[in-house]
Amino acid sequence: MSAERGGVSAEPMSANGVALELRDVVKEYPGGVLALRHVDVDIETGDRVAVVGPSGSGKTTMLTILGTLERPSSGEVHVAGRDVVKASDSDLAGLRAYEIGFVFQGFHLQDGMTALDNVANGMLYTGAPVRERREAAQVALERVGLGERVTHRPQQLSGGEKQRVAIARAIAKHPTIILADEPTGNLDSKSGRAVLELLHELASEGATLALITHDEHIAETFPRRIQMRDGEIVGDERQ
Amino acid sequence: MSVAALRGPGFPRPRRGGRDVARLAPHELFAVALQGLRTRRLRAALSALGIAIGIGAMVAVVGVSSSSQANLLATIDKLGTNLLTVTPGTTFFGANEVLPNTAVPMIKAMANVQRVSAVYSVPNANVFRTQFVPSEETGGIGVDATDTGLVKAMNSTVASGHFFTAASENEPTVVLGAAAAADLQISSATGHVQLFVGGTWFTVIGILNSMTLDTTLDDNVFIGLPVAERLFQVQPSPSEIYVRANVNDVSAVSNLLAPTADPQNADGVDVSQPSNVLEARAAAKGQFTTLLLGLGAVALLVGAIGIANIMVISVLERRGEIGLRRALGATRRHISSQFLAESALLAALGGIAGLIFGAIATWVYSIAQNEPWVVPVYALIAAPAAGLVIGAVAGLYPAAKAARLSPTEALRST
Repeated sequence: MSAERGGVSAEPMSANGVALELRDVVKEYPGGVLALRHVDVDIETGDRVAVVGPSGSGKTTMLTILGTLERPSSGEVHVAGRDVVKASDSDLAGLRAYEIGFVFQGFHLQDGMTALDNVANGMLYTGAPVRERREAAQVALERVGLGERVTHRPQQLSGGEKQRVAIARAIAKHPTIILADEPTGNLDSKSGRAVLELLHELASEGATLALITHDEHIAETFPRRIQMRDGEIVGDERQ
Repeated sequence: MSVAALRGPGFPRPRRGGRDVARLAPHELFAVALQGLRTRRLRAALSALGIAIGIGAMVAVVGVSSSSQANLLATIDKLGTNLLTVTPGTTFFGANEVLPNTAVPMIKAMANVQRVSAVYSVPNANVFRTQFVPSEETGGIGVDATDTGLVKAMNSTVASGHFFTAASENEPTVVLGAAAAADLQISSATGHVQLFVGGTWFTVIGILNSMTLDTTLDDNVFIGLPVAERLFQVQPSPSEIYVRANVNDVSAVSNLLAPTADPQNADGVDVSQPSNVLEARAAAKGQFTTLLLGLGAVALLVGAIGIANIMVISVLERRGEIGLRRALGATRRHISSQFLAESALLAALGGIAGLIFGAIATWVYSIAQNEPWVVPVYALIAAPAAGLVIGAVAGLYPAAKAARLSPTEALRST
């Protein structure tokens, strides 16, 4: 069953080996702010990429377009083999529900729920029954080292633990793409390092990881680094 | 390790047209909406209160009027709808007609008539506790002569003592109507109480309970017809005849009463059915509620605006959650239906609370008024349903606003 599912979801990417693709992408916000100016990027399946740049450089905009939360003003976007520009709202929602796991700087956990339910809710829109979602959530929480914390609520967890719950929520559905926006931004350096190591470890199991940071030290831990400034890519290097 | 190896226990993907589809089953939507309300209990309770008050007021209004209607209808049922009254009408020129002496025996001879009783006014007689009371102070109490069958014909009962028998109707004895007994301050017929009636001492032998079908009789005292004929020269021409017909033949009997009572002058006879008057009164009680229901509707409108207001605030506060849900795969429609469901659920709970408030208010009223407790069955469905619809309408704008929210902006907000 799991092998079959892996095959199905891997299919669109194995066609070209590119998980995320931007072609001549422009994003203009109301008021004439150009957040992205003619950006071209290919991120291959299984690659780990850090997007670095000062604030206002357009890196978050790029991540939200890669995550299909926004559409570009012009240009082409392909995510997991699908044409984002032409796809319907519900197609993109389906893509996010199964293929993409998000990790945010602000965790975005729901206070009234246990860690287990927060993670299980991450799979709400897959239509899976709650029992299966909870089973997968339990596995994911154990995977991020919080097997003992499943019944804790967010306010009972430290910042590092909260972010690990958020990571568990992102990976529990086994996405092919993980997008992280400054995941260590709200953490002290020690738990930040732990979270980063966890992300690397999970991504090395096969998912494509794109992480946004303004921190060069974090970027250095990635095999590929994309530098951004003023909505343009000013550097793209590999170790 | 491969991508496939990362996948643990999986779940089937619903697919349409070769694509994965984001889904939210109705019961999951309900759970999400309930969770949304449970995390903000106080706010939910306060905003549901507006709807609860509106619906509670409406249920109470409907319940109270149903209860008093039920009370009247129960009284009518108890007293029977088969009582007909025959009275002399007025002539073309306004003078009073007179029923012939033969009216009572003629009606008694009719088919489908169970009981007949009549009262005869005793025009020049007044009632006093003693002969020393000034003759002007009559207290408005009239004297009627009657036969032994009045109480049974009226389905009334005797509060104290007994009614006339074939023996006592020939003697100077008197039976008091309920209001007349109260006016005369006589509460018991035992102990040989005497009244000064038309210049003669009469012994009180009974006090009647109120005669609901013709409460004008309560103000009178009754003496036997033979005594009245002997002492006051009363003509045996009835002022009112009470007729109990067989239940299934009321209208047939009613049509024949006038020509039977006075074959020479049927037009000079009025026939009526007292239960019709009570039924009309019951219907009138229902009419009165329209205004109060309007007030309840205003309360509901205010409640609905309150819910819309709270939901708009909620959408603004929960931008982070909305953005997260979109990132997790919610479509715009999922987001709007979540807020719509929350709003509808909130108001439906308010409707149920209102139903309970209204039912309790009706119960308290019915106990105070000694009436049956009636909450109309349709209210059990209508109250939550009204809440649901009001909530759904109030939630339309906030839901649309939530769905329009850009997920990126929403995620940046915290």
